[in-house]
Amino acid sequence: MSDRLLVGTRKGLFRIERQKRNQWQIGQSWFLGDPVSMLVAQAWDQTIYAALDLGHFGVKMHRSVDNGNSWSETPTPAFPAKPEDVEDKDPMRGIDIPWSTEMVWSLEVGARPGELWCGVIPGGLFYSSNSGDSWTLNRPLWDDPRRKKWMGGGYDFAGIHSILINPRDPQHVTVGVSVGGVWTSKDAGQNWTLIGKGLRNVYMPPEQADDPISQDAHRIVHCPAQPQRLWMQHHNGIFRSDDGGENWLELQDVPPSSFGFAVAAHPTDPDTAWFVPATRDEQRFPVNARLVVTRTRDGGEHFEVLHEGLPEEPAYDLVYRHALAISDNGERLAFGSTTGSLWISEDQGDSWQVVSKHLPPVLCVRFEH
Amino acid sequence: MARLSFTPNLSRHVSTPMARIEGETVKQVLDNYFHANPKVRAYVLDDQGMVRHHVAIFLNQEMILDRRQLSDRVNDNDELFIMQALSGG
Repeated sequence: MSDRLLVGTRKGLFRIERQKRNQWQIGQSWFLGDPVSMLVAQAWDQTIYAALDLGHFGVKMHRSVDNGNSWSETPTPAFPAKPEDVEDKDPMRGIDIPWSTEMVWSLEVGARPGELWCGVIPGGLFYSSNSGDSWTLNRPLWDDPRRKKWMGGGYDFAGIHSILINPRDPQHVTVGVSVGGVWTSKDAGQNWTLIGKGLRNVYMPPEQADDPISQDAHRIVHCPAQPQRLWMQHHNGIFRSDDGGENWLELQDVPPSSFGFAVAAHPTDPDTAWFVPATRDEQRFPVNARLVVTRTRDGGEHFEVLHEGLPEEPAYDLVYRHALAISDNGERLAFGSTTGSLWISEDQGDSWQVVSKHLPPVLCVRFEH
Repeated sequence: MARLSFTPNLSRHVSTPMARIEGETVKQVLDNYFHANPKVRAYVLDDQGMVRHHVAIFLNQEMILDRRQLSDRVNDNDELFIMQALSGG
């Protein structure tokens, strides 16, 4: 049972700790003043990785091997030299895609010790076998000619926001691209297949709406105990896959909205997942200014609207795609918002306690193990 | 040798001691500096070796012209200063 949560914000990294009487409070903080776009805590030791987005000075990776007592800067995933004769433009804007890491958007610990996968804007997938001491760009995906169709969504360039490593088969890696669909590899990234039958993106021209490469997944997660079960919060709505992302079913009529960014999957119950709905499309605040979490326990047949402990007053919090987390045992959830509020539930979302209303805008949250 | 110094804003992240450095171009001066201070490179240059978008390099009070190849000529006793445009919220 995790009693600690890490929160990456626009102004630093915070540890939230469970106190007596079930109260959660802000504990340590690091990198104050700097955006922490991504973080991950390794399950089997005291290692924490954090990605800083220093703006002017670029992205910087930091690693702690002693639970945050000390940190050291480690190499940032960097692109190789771009050949002079290669033209690489974002199809939406027609501008050059920088072969330079602009943001770390996903970071996952692999199956073997020291193994890390990292997804970045502008669309690179990087791999490390040595705990981030060095990184290699996954060339098969980067060089795939279909990448020319990837395009920026909320950011100027496409990015990889979700990386799923199959716990039963670590060679099986699936990534989500916004905007560029779902890609899977069965051989640890040597070959990639574009998947996603059944996904639908209505903001594209009608003839491209069903094209797997046009899909704007906001976030994809899987059930670790049954990794063929995937949940997706898509720009268009909520989708479920029962076969590792090959085929998807759109879940219709989800109250109060099927629009949002974040999704969490229960670690052992494949039919249970949580979402934080918002007003579509570009308005992006809680429907009727009522902040709620939705939960399904039956694979998406029905959704419950959870609000106990969430604000009674009008709320305009938006929850980013990495700002909803679930603990390893599936009992505790946490989410943070763009307005700097953070809530934790100890009963699978039935009730929530507010930890703070005054944090910086929350970019990502993750329970420690 | 040219004199190379940095905005104090960078010192919060990485050590950037002022130094007198050999080199006939901005690139040579920087490469020589980064050889001794390797962590500084990625704060100033992007993955392609170009000056980061919001970083500015001044050569004797004038912004360098070539932010891509860093080919501006540097003479003995020239002063190079690296800073960033402050922004954010």
